[in-house]
Parts: sequence; structure tokens; C-alpha cells
Amino acid sequence: MQYMLLCCIDESGWNALGNAERDQVMKEYDGFVQGIVKSGHYRAGGRLDSATTATTLRWGRGRLVTTDGPFAETKEQLGGYHLIECRDLDEALAIARRIPTLRVGGAIEVRPVLDPTHD
Amino acid sequence: MNLEELHRREYGRILATLIRVVRDIGDAEDALQEAFAAAMVQWPKEGLPRNPVAWLITAARNKAIDQLRRRTLAEEKKKEIAELAAQEVDAPVPLDSLRLIFTCCHPSLAREAQVALTLRTVCGLTTEEIARAFLVPPATLAQRIVRAKAKIKGAHIPYEVPEDEALAERLAAVLTVVYLVFNEGYTASFGSDLVRKELCSEAIRLARMLCELLPAERECKGLLALMLLHDARRETRTDAHGEVVTLEDQDRSRWDRGKIDEGAALAERALRGGPPGEYSVQAAIAALHATAAKAADTDWRQIAELYAVLAGIYPSPVVELNRAVAVAMAHGCERGLALLERLELPGYYLLPAARADLLRRLGRNAEAADAYRAALALVGNDAERRFLSRRLAEVSARVH
Repeated sequence: MQYMLLCCIDESGWNALGNAERDQVMKEYDGFVQGIVKSGHYRAGGRLDSATTATTLRWGRGRLVTTDGPFAETKEQLGGYHLIECRDLDEALAIARRIPTLRVGGAIEVRPVLDPTHD
Repeated sequence: MNLEELHRREYGRILATLIRVVRDIGDAEDALQEAFAAAMVQWPKEGLPRNPVAWLITAARNKAIDQLRRRTLAEEKKKEIAELAAQEVDAPVPLDSLRLIFTCCHPSLAREAQVALTLRTVCGLTTEEIARAFLVPPATLAQRIVRAKAKIKGAHIPYEVPEDEALAERLAAVLTVVYLVFNEGYTASFGSDLVRKELCSEAIRLARMLCELLPAERECKGLLALMLLHDARRETRTDAHGEVVTLEDQDRSRWDRGKIDEGAALAERALRGGPPGEYSVQAAIAALHATAAKAADTDWRQIAELYAVLAGIYPSPVVELNRAVAVAMAHGCERGLALLERLELPGYYLLPAARADLLRRLGRNAEAADAYRAALALVGNDAERRFLSRRLAEVSARVH
């Protein structure tokens, strides 16, 4: 069973952290990713550039509209993702709670990925 | 034993084991429903089976497996079903009930869904019964349960008792749900008395099960004790006209001695062997109230100390409010009033009501009247409103 961990963070809060703290979190982050690679849970993952670099497409008034910015104006922005293979939700949650950005204001959304061969 | 009684007593236990076997809550529910329907037809004709529970569980399991076979075409799935069919089950396994309640109270489900699902599956209440108890339309309640089951299935919420490191946190969620069910039955100002009593007894039944299956978890005992001690006083909290009777004025001879003795003994055991949890401390406080022969004998000093312990575990202005009242009763109303002055609980009628009561006891009637008016402006429950109005009239009559 695959789960997507969507890592969200308030970018202004993140930018307001000191350099030393940001470096520390990123170092822990490397450790976290190496950990899930080693344990065999890791399938894919990546860190996203700032939400200010986002471009959103959507249908509006009968045509495709391209706009600057993320799809939703929220305080927290998607900052990265991990795709992991787990036995069940509890295992996915146990991994998600180790993500180091949680202690600096981050939030992690855990979503099961539908198996296209299932049912 | 008739079928209805069997349903009440065994439904949740049988269902819990079936879910483990067929690995799906909905399939297990459907199969068990069919098994009960078959029993209703067959038993009167063929006589009661020697082991009715084994009959039901076997019938339900066979129905579930038939249903799965009919639905499944994929070869690889068929092997899985054969594995299921090979499992021997003819009795509910207690651990399965624990698995079920932990699944129903999984933190990834919303609280109201946890409550509804627990009552529906573990307790076997019908959707209509639960909807009535919580004053929501049956369709809303049904949808809540359907969504929760879909999430359990879709997100693969495991059917397991959490491992040691997660147990404390997960058990806290389970106990919260159980206490919520109890409080809904105990304090709700709506709904028939019968429905409310049913919720209280279901909550007590759940807590008994938790105590049995998790004997090392002292908070289970604490919660069971707390609920028994409250429930023992249920009949005396209102008079024949439905008016509120304060703890001080309740007829103690009508309290349920059996529940008090059991609750007090459990509370004592819950407190022993390490730092106590919040339910255990609350149970100890309830036990001190319940075991005082008359109101004047209440050990307020110890109650005040226990509230201080509780505030240490669970800091909250509501706990501080209760502590202030206990301090007032133990050490004088002025000291209690001084503690109340420091509290801020906007919109909470019990704060001005507590102030009013202490001022009334001190004979400061004009101030008491003001405080009763402030409480009346915030109170929601009709019986409480009438009680506060009576007190307001009493103190107003003494103001000159």
C-alpha cells in the first residue's frame, strides 16, 4: 500500500527561522530520507521550490486559464512530498511523525494512493 | 435466552471476530445481519442450537465467504478467500473486541465518527438509536458511519491493538470516546430517559471490557470507577418535578450502594502503583463525595488537594474552578472567592454560578444576586436555569 506524505509549511515562518536552525532542520531531513530509503519504505520524494514559483492551470469561463501562484491561497504551502510503501496507515503515520519540519510549524497530510489494479 | 437478548449481549463480540476473519467491517456486518435473520426463521422451527453463539458466528462466516466468492472473479483473490475459509472460528475472541474499539477510535477519524462507529459496531446499537441519542437526523448519522468505514478501508487503518509506544496515546482517545458516550447519557437535557440510561450503561459496559482486556492500564479502572460513582447518584439529581437537586441536598439513602462500593474500590486500585491519571483522580474525588454519610461529612480538604493534583495533570480553568469551590468548603468561602477572582472563563455560566453560591453562603446577598444574574445570562439548560432563578429569588428576598 502506498501513501503520499504531503509536507506543508508556512513559508514566511520557515524563512523567518535563523540560518542555523534551517540548516539543522535540513540536516535532520537528510537523515530522515536516508532512514526511509534504508528501511525500504521510500519510493519517491522531493523538495519543491517556493510557492511563489508556482503556476496554476484551471478551466474558467470556458477556457483554460493560466495564473501565477499556487492553486489555493492558504497560510501553509506544499513544500515537498514523499511517496512511501507501508503495511497500513499506522506505519505511514509513524513515519510521518518523524518528519523534522513538524517541530518548526510544518504539517503533514497523509493520503493513501489508489492502487489502479485494485477492484 | 431469546434472540433479542443474544443480539444485545453478543452482537459486538461476534462482529469483532468476524471482521478479523473477513477483513472488512461492512461485509462482516451484512453477514452477521443475515445470520441473525436466518436464526429468527430456523431456531423456532428446529429448536435452539446447543451453542447459539457458535451457530451465529459459523453461519455469518459462511455467508460472508459465499458473498466474497460470488463477487470475486480474479484467480489470485480466490486463493485469498480459500485461506479465509480455512480459518476455524466458532467463538468470539476477546482481543478482537479490543481491536475493533481501537479501530473505531482511530485518531484519523473525526471524534463524532469515532463515537457513532463505536456505538454501532462494538455496542451494536442501531443507527436510529444512535441518531436519537445525539439528536441528529438518522440519515446524517448513517452517512457519518458510512464515511468512517470507507476511510478505514481506503486508508488501511489496521485492525490491531496499537503497539506499546503508541498505546497510551491511542488508549486516551478510546477513553475519551467512552466518557463522551457516558456524559451524553448523563448530562444531556434532551432525549428520553430510556435512551440516556442506555448510553450510560453502554459506556460502563465498554469500560468493563477495557478493564478486563487491558488489566495493566489503570486509567481504564479510573474511568470505570468515575462513571459508576456518577451513575450511582443518577436518580437523585432531580426531584419528582425534574428540578435540579444539588449534591448537598440529594437524598443519600437513595444512592446505589453497590455501584458506590465497586467504584470506590476501583478508584483506590486505579490510584495505586505510579503517578495517577486524570480519570483516576476524578474517580477519587467522586468516591470522597459518594462515601460521605452526609454532606457535612465530606472531606473537602482532601478533595481540594486532589483537584490540585488534577490541575497538575490536566491544567484547565474548569479544574481550577472546582478546586476553588473545594478550597472554599475546606478553608472558608473567602479563600475560595479569592481563587475564583483569578479565573477567566468567558461564556461559562458555572463561574458566576460558583461565585454566587459562595457569596450566598457568606450572606453577601446583593453581590450574590448580581452573580446569579450573570450566570442566568449564560446558562443553556432549562433545569439549571430554574435552579439559578430560585436561588436568585432567595438571595434577593434577603437584600434590604
